[in-house]
Amino acid sequence: MTIPNDTAITPQLVADHGLKPDEYQKILDLIGREPTFTELGVFSAMWNEHCSYKSSKKWLRTLPTQGPRVIQGPGENAGVVDIGDGQAVVFKMESHNHPSFIEPYQGAATGVGGILRDVFTMGARPIAAMNALRFGAPEHEKTQHLVSGVVAGVGGYGNSFGVPTVGGEVEFDARYNGNILVNAFAAGLADTDKIFYSKAEGVGLPVVYLGAKTGRDGVGGATMASAEFGDDIDQKRPTVQVGDPFTEKRLLEACLELMATGAVIAIQDMGAAGLTCSAVEMGAKGDLGIELDLDRVPVREAAMTPYEMMLSESQERMLMVLHPDKEAEARAIFEKWELDFATVGRTTDDLRFRIRWHGDEVANLPIKELGDEAPEYDRPWIAPQAPVPLATNDIPQMDVADALLKLMGGHQLSSRRWVYEQYDTLIQGNSLQTPGGDAGVVRVEGHPIKALAFSSDVTPRYCEADPYEGGKQAVAECWRNLTATGADPLAATDNLNFGNPERPEIMGQLVRAIEGIGEACRVLEFPIVSGNVSLYNETNGRGIMPTPTIGGVGLIPDWTHLARIAFAGQNQPILLIGAPPAWGTHLGQSIYLRDLFERKDGPAPHVDLVHEKKVGDFVRGLIRAGTATAVHDLSDGGLAAGLAEMAIASGIGATVSQLEGYDPIPVFFGEDQGRYLVTVALDAQSEAFHDLLNEAAVHGIFAPWIGTTGGTDLVLGNARPVAVADLRSAYEGWFPNYMAGQ
Amino acid sequence: MKSAVVVFPGLNRDSDMIAALTKIGGTPPAVVWHQDATIPDVDLIVIPGGFSYGDYLRAGAIAARSPIMDVIRERSEKGVRILGVCNGFQILTEAGLLPGVLMRNASLKFVCREVKLEVANADTVFTRGYTAGQVIRCPVAHHDGNYFADPETLARIEDNGQVAFRYADGTNPNGSIHDIAGVFNADKSVLGLMPHPENLIESAHGGIDGRGLFNGLLDAVA
Repeated sequence: MTIPNDTAITPQLVADHGLKPDEYQKILDLIGREPTFTELGVFSAMWNEHCSYKSSKKWLRTLPTQGPRVIQGPGENAGVVDIGDGQAVVFKMESHNHPSFIEPYQGAATGVGGILRDVFTMGARPIAAMNALRFGAPEHEKTQHLVSGVVAGVGGYGNSFGVPTVGGEVEFDARYNGNILVNAFAAGLADTDKIFYSKAEGVGLPVVYLGAKTGRDGVGGATMASAEFGDDIDQKRPTVQVGDPFTEKRLLEACLELMATGAVIAIQDMGAAGLTCSAVEMGAKGDLGIELDLDRVPVREAAMTPYEMMLSESQERMLMVLHPDKEAEARAIFEKWELDFATVGRTTDDLRFRIRWHGDEVANLPIKELGDEAPEYDRPWIAPQAPVPLATNDIPQMDVADALLKLMGGHQLSSRRWVYEQYDTLIQGNSLQTPGGDAGVVRVEGHPIKALAFSSDVTPRYCEADPYEGGKQAVAECWRNLTATGADPLAATDNLNFGNPERPEIMGQLVRAIEGIGEACRVLEFPIVSGNVSLYNETNGRGIMPTPTIGGVGLIPDWTHLARIAFAGQNQPILLIGAPPAWGTHLGQSIYLRDLFERKDGPAPHVDLVHEKKVGDFVRGLIRAGTATAVHDLSDGGLAAGLAEMAIASGIGATVSQLEGYDPIPVFFGEDQGRYLVTVALDAQSEAFHDLLNEAAVHGIFAPWIGTTGGTDLVLGNARPVAVADLRSAYEGWFPNYMAGQ
Repeated sequence: MKSAVVVFPGLNRDSDMIAALTKIGGTPPAVVWHQDATIPDVDLIVIPGGFSYGDYLRAGAIAARSPIMDVIRERSEKGVRILGVCNGFQILTEAGLLPGVLMRNASLKFVCREVKLEVANADTVFTRGYTAGQVIRCPVAHHDGNYFADPETLARIEDNGQVAFRYADGTNPNGSIHDIAGVFNADKSVLGLMPHPENLIESAHGGIDGRGLFNGLLDAVA
């Protein structure tokens, strides 16, 4: 379908572009005339939720984004954090939810491609990736197909591109039945003095198009991603882009080679709304106009209209402003890598975004209002009601050993090996810890002992019960996972997945979650340096659980002191550091209640951030001192699940005391926050061991000695011993059996 | 000792291989771009892993038909050792420098995990860092590592000691016939293998079982 540029703009056409009547009126007021068809497309691309953050901006501004190590916070392609020695880690997380539901392989693949591009656009070579995936209930008819396609897509792109996938999450819940979440994280390494930005500088300079050719794929993708799904979703398939990791790999090498020549003034990858978004951002940030000549854009299909070219989301493309005297050198590099290189426009001094095609001007718009001065909303919101606390005697009973086996072999806690073995976790030769631990860890190339840790976390059921506590918990758990490897948590990226913000209760979830995230980031000194907001995650009016995924990065100064979750030996005392006097108490929103009793009630666990920081700093100290032999933070499934994971990872059992006078269910399955299991190679009767306990007490930290490693069974208090081998077969069995249809 | 690593667009374990050759051999290899007219005078030419040309036609098929392969063939005839790992192995089979083919994994899925390898023939310059029958650890990471050869070829390579490594202890990750993980050409001057010894050469990798290959080889060609 080709619509001429002088097409009459009807209210229906405006609505089809996702623009509300008042937004269209704003356009009319701004340009003083009816927009052309291309201009309408440009506005819809720039002013949709995905590109403009119009519903969330007011609240995102409240997040802490600065810190002594932060070089670049939100607003660029990715955040940049100093890791010393003249190097920086560059990272971001971004969603590709809607495309992945429509076409799981390509949706997930291009999500990975997009985030990798965000990182290398800034001059960083990608060194690690993670993926936080959330699917519908296992028994839902589409889930298996979506898992299979998304995992293959993530692997297909990342493996071919050549980045190790070192972490992530996979979770199932019926609330994602019609709207899965695919949140892709990437991190890269750059020299602090060679970071590249999107802000254009200088008038009359060439605007250069690089990479793959432009096709019709993904036209209108960003607008689609900002709409709710209905039953006609399959008709949206043509708006999903197709990924080409081979081209992306060449684009990476060509860009890094080009950056090394000093030719690049500004660079922006073409992601959502492709050419439109990248050109407008470069111009608007630099207070410059941009003029594009579409006849020079490399295309792979005949007779493409300006509208299609401006809105195409063809992948693996870049836009740059180059030093004019280096144009020939730049061209030679791209020809070597057999990629397109075309000068498609120039920077101007009039703050207009002008598009020419076949000798006509098909668009002429004010660039600032399109870009950094796009509309912003203060949407009405209502604070969510916190659930009623569980009655103190409301403790559904089950045999502790049975419950443990059932949970370890269930969809929530079982091993994700089936997933991560489809990802190349080892490429680049720097992986120190691959998936299965608390955080993925990679060495810093070129440094003898430094490493970086990565973790992605959120507990959506806590966020649903209490978005404020859930937002805090997502940050705290990420911080805790990084700490559990011995890393100093540096900074985080947030990927906020929510429903329709035009509904005040959903907006309330978003607002309170951001407030919780902000509070946790402030107390833990863990700033947010990049992020992405994905709203309208609804199908037929039913929203997903609020899912603010936090992707964190930590620095390990000496990886010879890297802590892992596997028990390190026999007869080592096990400490539960940061525990309350009863070890575990909180069953509200626990996996125990949800997966064994189908109960989703009670409040989310409270996160005491001051305590969190104190405990984490203490545990990190034990790791750095070489005292801790194994470390694992507690989360889903509480103490029992944490112990089981340490036993399974090592093949070594443990015997844990019965806490007399307390019901074992909350002790073993409560999900109280801020707790770590730590083993030490000390004799429990030794002075050194008692000094350690004293030191914890001096810090005001309760660190009970709860048991000892050894044998081949896990013994939880008075419960019957469970063979580690049985735990392992339950733990390893669920995923492959499920995918095999058993 | 002199070595060269040949890089095709889309290969991505070139840096891993260069690091291994440098760390174990002491000198960095020459890096040869596929469009280069020639390869420096070296004792060992390595084609590393990755996805040359995206594996778009068949893994290794396009690279195998590029002009630089004529240079490699020529050098091979002059006795220069050739090593292909993963995509490099696929390229060497596609180029006809090694017998057999590598098909899609039997699971139809990419697989990255650690496997066990038995050294089937330790009597070559490539494998003399090991002992015959020795079982080593080694990671794999591939989508198309399912080795296959027709019965006649299979009998010939088995009889002639051309099987270099076999997956051991039930760890065959891809359905390869006879558990074959790596093969030599007839005179044992060319080796291709699917696993990645270059990713298990230092304590940070959790083991050094991959060093044996480089130790034996670099020593031999020094």
